Amino acid sequence: MNFQAVRSIYIFEMARTWRTIGQSVISPVISTSLYFVVFGAALGSRITEIDGVSYGAFIVPGLVMLSLLTQSISNASFGIFFPKFSGTIYELHSAPISYIEIVLGYVGAAATKSIIIGCIILLTASFFVPLQIAHPFWMIAFLLLTSITFSLFGFIIGIWADGFEKLQIVPLLIITPLTFLGGTFYSINMLPPFWQTVSLANPVVYLVSGFRWSFYEISDVNVGLSFSITLLFMFACLVVIWWIFKTGYRIKS
Amino acid sequence: MTSIISIQKLSKTYASGLKALKNINLDIKRGEIFALLGPNGAGKTTLISTICGITNPTTGKITVAGFDVEKEFRKTRSLIGLVPQELTNNAFETVWATVNFSRGLFGKKPNPQLIESILRDLTLWDKRNDKIMMLSGGMKRRVLIAKALSHEPQILFLDEPTAGVDVNLRKDMWNIVRRLRDSGVTIILTTHYIEEAEEMADRIGIINNGELILTEDKEKLMSKLGKKRLTLHLIKPIDKIPQQLSAHHLERSPDGCALIYTYDKRGRRTGITTLLQDLAASNIHFQDLETKQSSLEEIFVSLVKD
Ligand SMILES: Nc1ncnc2c1ncn2[C@@H]1O[C@H](COP(=O)(O)OP(=O)(O)O)[C@@H](O)[C@H]1O
Ligand SMILES: [Mg+2]
Repeated sequence: MNFQAVRSIYIFEMARTWRTIGQSVISPVISTSLYFVVFGAALGSRITEIDGVSYGAFIVPGLVMLSLLTQSISNASFGIFFPKFSGTIYELHSAPISYIEIVLGYVGAAATKSIIIGCIILLTASFFVPLQIAHPFWMIAFLLLTSITFSLFGFIIGIWADGFEKLQIVPLLIITPLTFLGGTFYSINMLPPFWQTVSLANPVVYLVSGFRWSFYEISDVNVGLSFSITLLFMFACLVVIWWIFKTGYRIKS
Repeated sequence: MTSIISIQKLSKTYASGLKALKNINLDIKRGEIFALLGPNGAGKTTLISTICGITNPTTGKITVAGFDVEKEFRKTRSLIGLVPQELTNNAFETVWATVNFSRGLFGKKPNPQLIESILRDLTLWDKRNDKIMMLSGGMKRRVLIAKALSHEPQILFLDEPTAGVDVNLRKDMWNIVRRLRDSGVTIILTTHYIEEAEEMADRIGIINNGELILTEDKEKLMSKLGKKRLTLHLIKPIDKIPQQLSAHHLERSPDGCALIYTYDKRGRRTGITTLLQDLAASNIHFQDLETKQSSLEEIFVSLVKD
């Protein structure tokens, strides 16, 4: 194992993050604040409480998840897409490293960035609503697991994409709808029974529900189930990545 | 000299079905400068890419310092530095960051003194904090060289290093190449300029259409190939070449307006003086003349015909 290489990729990618730190941090802070103003203030005056938690506080875990998902995917997909696009990927192929170092470096950096942003959002939220975290250990576990899993997923998208449009299309067409329909802003128990059942097919429901449980001990689905589904998805991503590097799919001729 | 790279029965067929390399057998000797000469599309880049791990061979075996490039890629790749043909760069990075990144990628501990001396050698030191996109094409090429040298490789590949490069860089580059060779680095460069191979290489391999046509010591090859053609444009067309000129083995152009004389420019006597005297004696006068190096194209034609 070439740890020096992992370190180099990680530092290189994080440098990119620090360079763009302004836009990386400011935009989630602004959008989170906007969500609080729009959803918290406007809806909050109508929906006062869900399961004994004030509406403003209720949406915080969902908002953090929303950012974790979109940030992880976009960071990781861009991270590996760019060398492919600019041609500098030749260096990764000609270096004495295997795909394990490549994935650790790129996915590690992408996940780190989303975790930082997730924490910033939590901090921002704490200015608007009183936060309580019932199970800090599980909160952190979900935070890490989600960031890593969706960074792996983003990595796959970055390799699959052969243009900037494709890079955008999955987050836009799949992830955003799934997140909005995944109980970010509501409890799925508030839906009619039919839509509750449909929602159970949405993986984001499990993430949001598990994460929210670690804050307020309320959940739409069983916590163990939430954790298992996330692990399962991570495993699936790992298998796909293993296959990509075994076959050289879209990265090696 | 022992061989540092050994290629046996290597073939590469791209997914498109294109056969880019056909049954290549080649040994590169430790410490030599080897020039791979061939026209565009011959398969030079593919051959280099396969040795470096960028493309997978379809069949055949490559070893570097005795290690298999596929099974023991960590060992083989850490010996190799590659300067690619295309100017691919991280546009938004600084020179310093990108060169140090390369060193780390190859598993080497940071060594700022070494990187500094590489950058100074390549006259990049003043630009170390510049973003790469701010640099000129020649400077970008230097950055690629610096990256390739950052991990102290024993083998250096230069893929068309002088394509689109100014005279200064060309000189600097050849100086660097010679210095590296003196320090024991094996160098493989590709080019489609015969002059370049002639100037730099110890040995030359000619590749065309995916086939390695021949490999030969430069001196031998140049004496074989160093032919020039002298074309004499006549004032009056002639029907046939006079008997008394037969010793010169002249060719007559189809319209009879020109005579073509082929000679070896490396020979001590080219025979031009006698030819011109004999022409005057035969009362053949010309209004213009030109000489031309046999082009690579012609060399290929003659080699493929043999
Ligand atoms: N990735 C690829 N997929 C399919 N064909 C390729 C690829 N890369 C190169 N080729 C083809 O292989 C042949 C050899 O190319 P290359 O090795 O780049 O030649 P050279 O470097 O000598 O100019 C060319 O016909 C080229 O079009
Ligand atoms: Mg080429």
